[in-house]
Amino acid sequence: MTFSNEDVDHVAQLARLGLDDDEKRRLGRELTAILDAISKLQEVDTSEISETAQVGELINVWRDDVPAPCIGADLALVNAPVTDGAHFVVGAIQESERDT
Amino acid sequence: MSETPSTLRQLASQLRQRLVSPRELLDDAYAHIESTEPRLHAYLTLTRELAERQADDAERRLRDGDPSPLCGIPIALKDVLCVEGSETTAGSKILAGYRPPYTATAVERLFAAGAVCVGKTNCDEFAMGSSNENSAYGPVGNPWDVERVPGGSSGGSAATVAAGSVTCSLGSDTGGSIRQPAALCGVVGFKPTYGRVSRYGLIAFASSLDQIGPLTRSVEDCATVFSVIAGHDERDSTSSTAPVEDPLPGLDAGVRGLRVGVPDEYFAQGLEQGVRSRVEDAMRELERLGAELVRVSLPSSDYALATYYIIAPAECSSNLARYDGVRFGMREQRPSLLDMYMTTRDHGFGPEVKRRIMLGTYALSSGYYDAYYRKAQKVRTVIAREFARVFEDVDALVAPTSPSVAFPMGDRSDPLSMYLCDVITIPANLAGLPAISVPCGFVDDLPVGLQIIAPRFQDARVFRVAHAYERATEWHRVASPLAPAA
Repeated sequence: MTFSNEDVDHVAQLARLGLDDDEKRRLGRELTAILDAISKLQEVDTSEISETAQVGELINVWRDDVPAPCIGADLALVNAPVTDGAHFVVGAIQESERDT
Repeated sequence: MSETPSTLRQLASQLRQRLVSPRELLDDAYAHIESTEPRLHAYLTLTRELAERQADDAERRLRDGDPSPLCGIPIALKDVLCVEGSETTAGSKILAGYRPPYTATAVERLFAAGAVCVGKTNCDEFAMGSSNENSAYGPVGNPWDVERVPGGSSGGSAATVAAGSVTCSLGSDTGGSIRQPAALCGVVGFKPTYGRVSRYGLIAFASSLDQIGPLTRSVEDCATVFSVIAGHDERDSTSSTAPVEDPLPGLDAGVRGLRVGVPDEYFAQGLEQGVRSRVEDAMRELERLGAELVRVSLPSSDYALATYYIIAPAECSSNLARYDGVRFGMREQRPSLLDMYMTTRDHGFGPEVKRRIMLGTYALSSGYYDAYYRKAQKVRTVIAREFARVFEDVDALVAPTSPSVAFPMGDRSDPLSMYLCDVITIPANLAGLPAISVPCGFVDDLPVGLQIIAPRFQDARVFRVAHAYERATEWHRVASPLAPAA
């Protein structure tokens, strides 16, 4: 299959990747070649086969529901680009009526 | 070529006899790093302050008769492993300046055993690559020929051991990222059984495939470090509760009577002639030592690469969603939140990481999930079952580690040709098997690696076979041109 410009735009939007036009053109080309190479998987008959999500033997690992120490707000904020001292700070999620 | 650099075991013995102090070993390591770094670029951060503190602690512990084989030994850590308070970037610009608030479990265990951390090693960005050329901070040189790649993604970890700056480093292996650079740099590199070493504090790439493991100059050193980092950790829910078999007591058991499988498919896929003949020599050596070689077939091997390049990017696209410019890492300030996300991620990630995020997001997206991701998960089952069937008949498998020796930097600009580097290492990750690469000769003065693979949780058997081979050969004693003069 061909990875069209629209495909690149759509997937980049899902992945929250702002790409420039050169990157989009290059990625379209490269992803087409990669998808072509991996399409050979369709040759394998898997009609009677279940999926492997992980190879470990463990299923549903629980711990007792008791409080335990965690890193705390101070440490959690240490690496944040912008904080107000107690919270992470981000820009507006919705544009206000005044801005539109 | 210069004298063989010391092994961890030799250094430990010198420390115990008080022939050298941890501080002196550390000074030697830094002096050697300083002289080789302009050519190698194996390190992203030197953790001098931490190392000096640890060396002084080790000094006290040795005086008190601490029996740990790692006490006072300088080590290096791939920069995907969190060390509290030390910059940890995963080779990415998006994590420049990140100082983790906690330390990875495997690292914590090494520190508790008295190891001294000299620094964080360079790697492909988020461990995605096979040549180290994807590091946002510039590539690593191969100590055998600095114009060539050291392999990847744990290239810095392999190069610093091959150069003789340290006797041990930790790497991580998602599709061959410990074994392939070990092969290309002529050192020993081990990927444990999935679940054997805690992934807590390992910056995630593909969580169902990632494992932490050691790179060393000898199999015994590798087994020693493995036995320290292995074991259950409640902070990693995929960490196995099965008891760890100590590989050291049975290390000398030899290979007499073992049935060793040789998969036809691993000798087919674009294997360089020189690599093939070195590996065939190694197989004859194992036979001479008493192993019985058995031809086996893993017919779905042809699909392993394609399976991996759906599953790994899918998991990566999900894991790397956390780099959003909010809680850690860089942020490109923009008026709207969405614009901030898009710009931060565009500027913070390099080309290979973006490629894999795009591929993985596509494979998981509505309408394509069944055709790509679910299909790959099913083929993964087929591949794991083939291994299980073959291991009913043989005790271990041998194969080349990498289809080629170290190639010149810039030689593989096409992503698909780079992906082929891992064609013989990926299957062990898909099935969660333990596997090692050990030096087995040279082609034009460039090292070749022999891969040994065993059933899940038979990590000790991998070491046993590898040790038998190593003991009978001299390849691991040949020092790289950058190794310290004796």
